[in-house]
Amino acid sequence: MTDATARHIPDRLVSPAARLLKSWETLLLAVALAIFVANSLASPYFLNAWNLSDATFNFTEKAMIAFAMALLIISGEIDLSVASIIALASTAMGAAVQAGAGTPVLVGIGLGTGLACGAVNGILVTRMGLPSIVVTIGTMSLFRGISYIALGDKVYKGYPSDFGYFGQGYVWWVFSFELVLFAILAVVYGVLLHKTNFGRAVYAIGNNPTAALFSGIRVQRVKFILFLLTGLMSGIAAICLTSRLGSTRPSIAFGWELEVVTMVVLGGVNILGGSGTIPGVVIAAFVMGLVTFGLGLLNVPGIVMSIFIGCLLIGVIALPRLWTMWRG
Amino acid sequence: MTYLLKSREALLVGVILVLVALIAGRFPAFVSPGNLARVFNDTAPLIILALGQTVVILTRCIDLSVAANLALTGMVCAMLNVAMPDLPIPVILGLALALGATMGAINGLLVWLLTIPPIVVTLGTMTIYRGTIFLISDGQWVNAHEMSAAFTGFPRSVLLGLPMLSWIAILVAATFLLAVRLTPLGRAFYAVGGNPHAAVYTGLDVGRTQFWAFVISGTLAGLTGYLWVARYSVAYVDIAGGFELEVVAACVIGGISIAGGAGTIAGAILGALFLGIVKNALPVIGVSPFWQMAISGTAIVIAVAFNARVSRAKGRIILKRAEGHA
Repeated sequence: MTDATARHIPDRLVSPAARLLKSWETLLLAVALAIFVANSLASPYFLNAWNLSDATFNFTEKAMIAFAMALLIISGEIDLSVASIIALASTAMGAAVQAGAGTPVLVGIGLGTGLACGAVNGILVTRMGLPSIVVTIGTMSLFRGISYIALGDKVYKGYPSDFGYFGQGYVWWVFSFELVLFAILAVVYGVLLHKTNFGRAVYAIGNNPTAALFSGIRVQRVKFILFLLTGLMSGIAAICLTSRLGSTRPSIAFGWELEVVTMVVLGGVNILGGSGTIPGVVIAAFVMGLVTFGLGLLNVPGIVMSIFIGCLLIGVIALPRLWTMWRG
Repeated sequence: MTYLLKSREALLVGVILVLVALIAGRFPAFVSPGNLARVFNDTAPLIILALGQTVVILTRCIDLSVAANLALTGMVCAMLNVAMPDLPIPVILGLALALGATMGAINGLLVWLLTIPPIVVTLGTMTIYRGTIFLISDGQWVNAHEMSAAFTGFPRSVLLGLPMLSWIAILVAATFLLAVRLTPLGRAFYAVGGNPHAAVYTGLDVGRTQFWAFVISGTLAGLTGYLWVARYSVAYVDIAGGFELEVVAACVIGGISIAGGAGTIAGAILGALFLGIVKNALPVIGVSPFWQMAISGTAIVIAVAFNARVSRAKGRIILKRAEGHA
């Protein structure tokens, strides 16, 4: 078998147009369009502005986390505790509601809890030099565990009515607050990763942390910031999800870390770090949203959809490899 | 090096003894032989799974699909028992082992032949296996009254004072203690995880060694699947949900390095016993079982931090490098 890491040096560079045509993002976009067409043929209820708007709720919250997660994975780390951060942030907001807090305080608590959890992960990984995958498996159980201690089998309800705007409000016509926030965050993260020094540093760290350190990048600080961002995004997602559901149970957002990672990997981000783009993640978010929504319209139960997601996750990585094996 | 590893197991034994002594101080009944046997029996599935996970982690992989594998095998065994109540137990056991091995082999093949990162493979197969349970069972439960007495009786049947479940855990543990030390494959797990490049030059096929690690982990998950369903006399989609994390926790607490190549079988068994004792002690000392999750989370973090300390003491670190996942 040939060494998978060996790279061919081409005689001439591929033209930008050809590169764009062959890119992962283009392939993904084609898949998204195919699913869109298949859905509209399969169900008469699919092509309806309000239905499509509802469909976006399937992915907006997860996609917000996926943006930050994409940067984290590109830098060579991972955070499996995101869903548990949502649970903890939601529990903290629920507890604040019982104490009579208003919407601004709730938002502050949600964001603060997210940042605090991100900082815990960041400190453990960057200060103590621990592998992120085990640390976040640990904090995954720790954060949700705290929610279980606080709530047990009970539920927090009674969120103020204006808090409902984040998950149920519409900015204009069919464009929900969540969808607009998703679009804004997509642009912010796109610029951050592709147009700033910080973004270049993220790629550099993912490709070779030692070389990045020698070229003057503060590797541990960048990683710490990425963990903070992932925590913050989980906090934002917690606010949106809690607002949309209107209640908090400790099992909230259970298993979301898998879907977030799937979204990132489906978006073409290398799970081993070093490459990937935000547009890819955005399209992947739409693909997953369309698949789950289309299957939902066809009355496919949620757990069967998770089989599709699992196959999708393995399939998108396996197919290109099978293709190269078959050709080479 | 041997000294450090030895001290890790000694430390765990010490922690477990102190823990048991503290509980015994207030609740002497906890340390009665009968109760300790019950705690061990309750921990047996965790021990069996942690041993399978250990060889996977030794080869720098991770298997997050063990709980889903367990649940799917358990459901298949239960449904088979309902359909054919006269099927002898050895046949069911063999089937559970084969089915578990097949699911492990799927993981292993994806890792070996397609070189997909293990965490991605097993995150994916975890949901696929779990979803398949829903497909075959239609979301229905298989309850105690539908299962045959022989089916549910096997793990509980007492032999020389201990239930069969405990004996199987002891048998698996003994096999691992010997086989990992004495067989070429057992040594290969360490070699591949310790330094894959050196392993290749030694003539070891890294991918194939990882494949066998996954097959072993899957086989044990399948075995535990039947035992679990028979012991609790119920099978449904969500059994052992999230148990894969407890299994990884047991390994990490036992000093198995997630970076591969370091850790002992005895450590993994002690790690599982530690978690099992904590779990069983919580209701005794009057703490809500909802604390369990947070406690094992804290234990994982502390154990990883401790693992890192021990390995750092080996030499001066010139450059802090990110220890790659998987």
